[in-house]
Amino acid sequence: MNAKIDIALTLNGEAVTGRAEPRMLASDFIRDVLLMTGTHVGCEQGVCGACTIRFNGVVARSCLLFAAQLDGAVVETVESLGAPHDLNDIQKAFRKHHALQCGFCTPGFLMTVSEILQTLPLSTDHEIRDALSGNLCRCTGYEHIVRAVRDLVNQRDGVQA
Amino acid sequence: MKPSSFEYCLPKTIEEAFAALDHDDAKIIAGGQSLVPMMNFRLVQPGRLVDINSLPGLGEIVLDGGTMRIGSLVRHAEAARHDLVRNHLPVIAEAMAHVAHVAIRNRGTIGGSLVHADPSAEWPLLVTLLDGQIEIAGPEGLRHAAPQEFFVAPLVTTIEDDEILVAVRLPILSPGTGMAFTEIAQRAGDFAVVAAAATVLMDRGVISDVRLALGGAGDVPVRLFEVEAALAGLRPDAIDAITRGCADGLEPNEDMHATAEYRRSLIPVLARRALEAAVQRAGAMR
Repeated sequence: MNAKIDIALTLNGEAVTGRAEPRMLASDFIRDVLLMTGTHVGCEQGVCGACTIRFNGVVARSCLLFAAQLDGAVVETVESLGAPHDLNDIQKAFRKHHALQCGFCTPGFLMTVSEILQTLPLSTDHEIRDALSGNLCRCTGYEHIVRAVRDLVNQRDGVQA
Repeated sequence: MKPSSFEYCLPKTIEEAFAALDHDDAKIIAGGQSLVPMMNFRLVQPGRLVDINSLPGLGEIVLDGGTMRIGSLVRHAEAARHDLVRNHLPVIAEAMAHVAHVAIRNRGTIGGSLVHADPSAEWPLLVTLLDGQIEIAGPEGLRHAAPQEFFVAPLVTTIEDDEILVAVRLPILSPGTGMAFTEIAQRAGDFAVVAAAATVLMDRGVISDVRLALGGAGDVPVRLFEVEAALAGLRPDAIDAITRGCADGLEPNEDMHATAEYRRSLIPVLARRALEAAVQRAGAMR
């Protein structure tokens, strides 16, 4: 029953394989087996959002998925967004607006923002805060994160700030 | 914070799923948004996990005559943006905005919410409000359960270990029916302390058909049939007086989130707000 199984998936555009017990959390599998450590592990109960990934195109908590469920899936982690010397627009906005301090929650925020920018109007700060409410940050008080997202929404909508 | 060992099964047909469930310690996983936290805490330690995400036909929303059939694997986010839902039962889309957060709504399922049966959750309340029928498949065939037969107590339903919730059937309401959902939660996305939902059909200025349901007001979602009967035939300005005593006879639970007294005080307020919003929308549609 503890036997490891083969898991094959598409991770950040590349076909990868790994072996894990079915019970291994997807968050641990991504970090410890696939060695993509940008995905952070916070609460392991689906509350903090630090482990947010894209699972078959939509954001999901990787601590609420099992490694076995990644077989055949298309997964994107924060590493898919940009690299240290080639930040994407979301990462640039977070840097510009000081939307992080310790950085622990940041990968989860970036992944959530990557979806909500595509799916929600985000026309008010209230709506931005509501859309971000599944990601916890203990440093920033959220103010600068909201500013970064507001900037991104303005860029998206062609609004002069 | 790591689950205990389990055997993982991924059936591709419902027959394979029934075979996998024929085990003394099997548990179904759909979205896993309630189950996996409980497994990570080891509050639940199934010996075998039967993943139903690959079963065909459970992820659809269709109109079948006067009934909307929503498959049990439909995710909250999918229901919220589906055209049939938004056009015919917009109260569902309104309620989905209160279900947890973006990532949870992308993964959590309607069937999972119903079988989890949290007394404050949105889907049990919606099915109770809308006189839904819960469609359950078992090795012997299909059966249907009304919410009053299905929900027994917090986290307890009448579904058997060898059965799979496959869909919910919701009757389409008369054109012009106004609908509303409202709740009080401690933070955005938390479970409601109390939730209320209503549907109202108006006829020449008086309420001709009305339904009112509450979550968080007892062990299971409740319909306030007496309030409904009292309001029928009256003008909307009677709502305030008639809902004022509507917590009488209800026994809300006391837990870490709220006292029973606080819940009791919220009930008439939320009932009134849901009804008044539904009246306004009914008016707007005529």
